[in-house]
Amino acid sequence: MVLNNIEKLLEKYENGETSLKEEQLLKTYFQQEAVPPHLEPYKAMFTYFKVSQQEQFTKHVPLKTKKVYNYKWISVAAVAVLLVGFYFKSTETQSDDLGTFQNPQEAYDEVAKSLAMISGHFNKGVSTVGYLNEYDKGYETLNYLNELENSTRIIFKPNH
Amino acid sequence: MTQQEFLNIVMPFKDKVFRLAKRLLVSTEEAEDATQEVLLKLWNNKKNIEGYKNVEAFSMTMTKNFCLDKLKSKQAQNLKIVHSNYEDGNTALQKQVEVNDSVNWVAKIIEELPDQQKLIVQLRDIEDYDLDEIAQMLQMNNTAVRVALSRARKTIREKLTNTHNYGIK
Repeated sequence: MVLNNIEKLLEKYENGETSLKEEQLLKTYFQQEAVPPHLEPYKAMFTYFKVSQQEQFTKHVPLKTKKVYNYKWISVAAVAVLLVGFYFKSTETQSDDLGTFQNPQEAYDEVAKSLAMISGHFNKGVSTVGYLNEYDKGYETLNYLNELENSTRIIFKPNH
Repeated sequence: MTQQEFLNIVMPFKDKVFRLAKRLLVSTEEAEDATQEVLLKLWNNKKNIEGYKNVEAFSMTMTKNFCLDKLKSKQAQNLKIVHSNYEDGNTALQKQVEVNDSVNWVAKIIEELPDQQKLIVQLRDIEDYDLDEIAQMLQMNNTAVRVALSRARKTIREKLTNTHNYGIK
């Protein structure tokens, strides 16, 4: 290309008036080896532009699909678990029912039997409480202390 | 939207996002983190993606905002080390021999530009975006973009000419 032409383009270039096509022309022109000395700085410029165009991004970008937890469904699950829990609990209380007797005599016998058992165990308990009588005995012996107190009162009274 | 569909949308411009982030944040690691962050944000918003007119422009705007926020918070903390990609002296020397040194100068000069000019140079001269697209991405009007671009280009050229002359003299 004619040098004159290039210089004109460079002037336009510095004013920011060149089109992309014209700039491409300049870039290819300055790729050649021999350039007039006064245009040497431009060569450096355009070579740099060319070189830095080739740099690439090589790092891997981890693209994760974002997991959105739906709290609404978690609460639904929680309620379901609670309901199941209550259901089992209520069936358990029903199984406490032991049934009833149809025949009154039989019922009477059964009650008498269990009452007898209760009173038997009760008596056993009472007999062990018999040791408490020892306590009463001890208390009676303590009454002698009252006698002692009477005598001290007699001794100290005149002093008042 | 499946992962594959999302990747099909994002793949064409993910490098652009990364380069833009790197232009602002300088460090490669931080730019990678920023890109990852932007892509994850897009992924989490994938429901709305179809509603956007221009996903690419939207992502670039997002990247710009994200990086500027990052820089701002960094300035506020005043603690973190900004540049974490330290270079080994040997390779730098080798590079100097291999590549024309003035090409590296361009990077340094662009780094010194104000954030907005940095962004515009990146989007125009490196990513080849239309001026209208850039205006949309940066939420500016067309003329303002043109003026900033012209200013940035002139600064880069002037500084380069200076360093060039220093080399000769």
